[in-house]
Amino acid sequence: MAETKEMKKVLFGPVLDSNPIALHVLGICSALAITTKLETALVMSMAVISVLAFSNLFISLIRNHIPSSVRIIIQMTIIASLVIVVDQILKAYSYAIAKELSVFVGLIITNCIVMGRAEAYAMKSPPLMSFIDGIGNGLGYAFILIVIGTIKELFGFGTILGFEILPLVQNGGWYQGNGLLILPFSSFFLIAGMIWFIRTIRPEQVEPKE
Amino acid sequence: MSARKETLGRTIGIVVAVCLACSIVVSSAAVGLRSLQQTNAALDKQTNIIDAAGLLEKAAGDIAGTYDKYVEERFVDLETGTYVDAPYEGYDMFKAAKDSDYNVRVEGSNVGFQTRAKVASIYVIKDESGNVQRLVLPVYGSGLWDLMYGFLAMEADGSTIRSLVYYQHKETPGLGGEIVNPAWKAKWDGKQAFKDGEVAIQVKKGAGNDNPYAVDALSGATLTSNGVQNSVNYWLGEQGFGKYLSKQSWKS
Repeated sequence: MAETKEMKKVLFGPVLDSNPIALHVLGICSALAITTKLETALVMSMAVISVLAFSNLFISLIRNHIPSSVRIIIQMTIIASLVIVVDQILKAYSYAIAKELSVFVGLIITNCIVMGRAEAYAMKSPPLMSFIDGIGNGLGYAFILIVIGTIKELFGFGTILGFEILPLVQNGGWYQGNGLLILPFSSFFLIAGMIWFIRTIRPEQVEPKE
Repeated sequence: MSARKETLGRTIGIVVAVCLACSIVVSSAAVGLRSLQQTNAALDKQTNIIDAAGLLEKAAGDIAGTYDKYVEERFVDLETGTYVDAPYEGYDMFKAAKDSDYNVRVEGSNVGFQTRAKVASIYVIKDESGNVQRLVLPVYGSGLWDLMYGFLAMEADGSTIRSLVYYQHKETPGLGGEIVNPAWKAKWDGKQAFKDGEVAIQVKKGAGNDNPYAVDALSGATLTSNGVQNSVNYWLGEQGFGKYLSKQSWKS
């Protein structure tokens, strides 16, 4: 069953071995902005996974018909449409979170992972594999977001998904929330830390010295 | 194959087909989900009103039902402080604030916006027998980053504050964002808004729990606290609901 093995590699490879954020350093901007709370990170991950999977699928389906002179525009059109649909669905079914994510859902369009996978994989591969590749890369993105969201919410607010773990001083507890972790740019340090960690357990990812 | 792919007609054909397919998908999603979105947006607003009214526990999940039962939307002409009819069907005071037919300029206040609606929509909370329990008044004004929108709930005596619920703001999480912290919101309960007919409520450092005219400022968020103070000052003052609250129009 070489087929299944290949599928597994495409699906789970991007989580650790070729993580879009940690190895390719794509899609950092949204990872910075929406990881303050785990819940928003989770919803954002779902949104990115679905956009990635379906954009890969549709682009792969018509890949032999896309004239190469306008391929980027066609990819953008498809991705933008999917993002709008996801945004509409979010607004319809989870209004509170849609309000919190606000502009960032729209910015999935500019998330380099989506364009990157469309251009690098979906343009050359059959639909099913492209779909799986989209899910895989979405999972890789989600993995980083969830780890960072957990760290930031736990040590910044003392909660996980809104449940109190470390009682904050403001609420009469003992834990002084870490103000740095509440701010978006602290993700830089955390992502850097994760890249370091992943490259320690996967030394082959380290670029050779020039 | 690639040579055939690159003819002008074919390129345009593909582009048109893709655009057409995408626009059909997008527009059907937008139209198909619109009613659900509007219900959700209305429900979100009702939840905040119910929260300000202190009925959230009583509602136990049935927001729309509770809202229909206890909440009545009324329109107040801020100039005279009396009830008026809605200026038009589906009136929105935030839209009206930008419409020169329905707005007035804000004078001598640093509340953070230039014009406000002449007619404000407020929410009267009644009990089962129809007695007015609370008045939920919209208050908004600039915080540190952007306007903060909230509801101020007053007792039927027109002077005792019950709660201040912010439902839309962009304050820094953990600092100014603490305006939505239940512990801080609870500090507003029972405070007095007026003393000798003047707005007396203050947001200040070290206010203590016993002072009926002051609420503790948020630590590390002076500008947000000032913003809350300015909003409350404005909306309880002469330009805001001052006339309405002193006339006690809901009693007649």
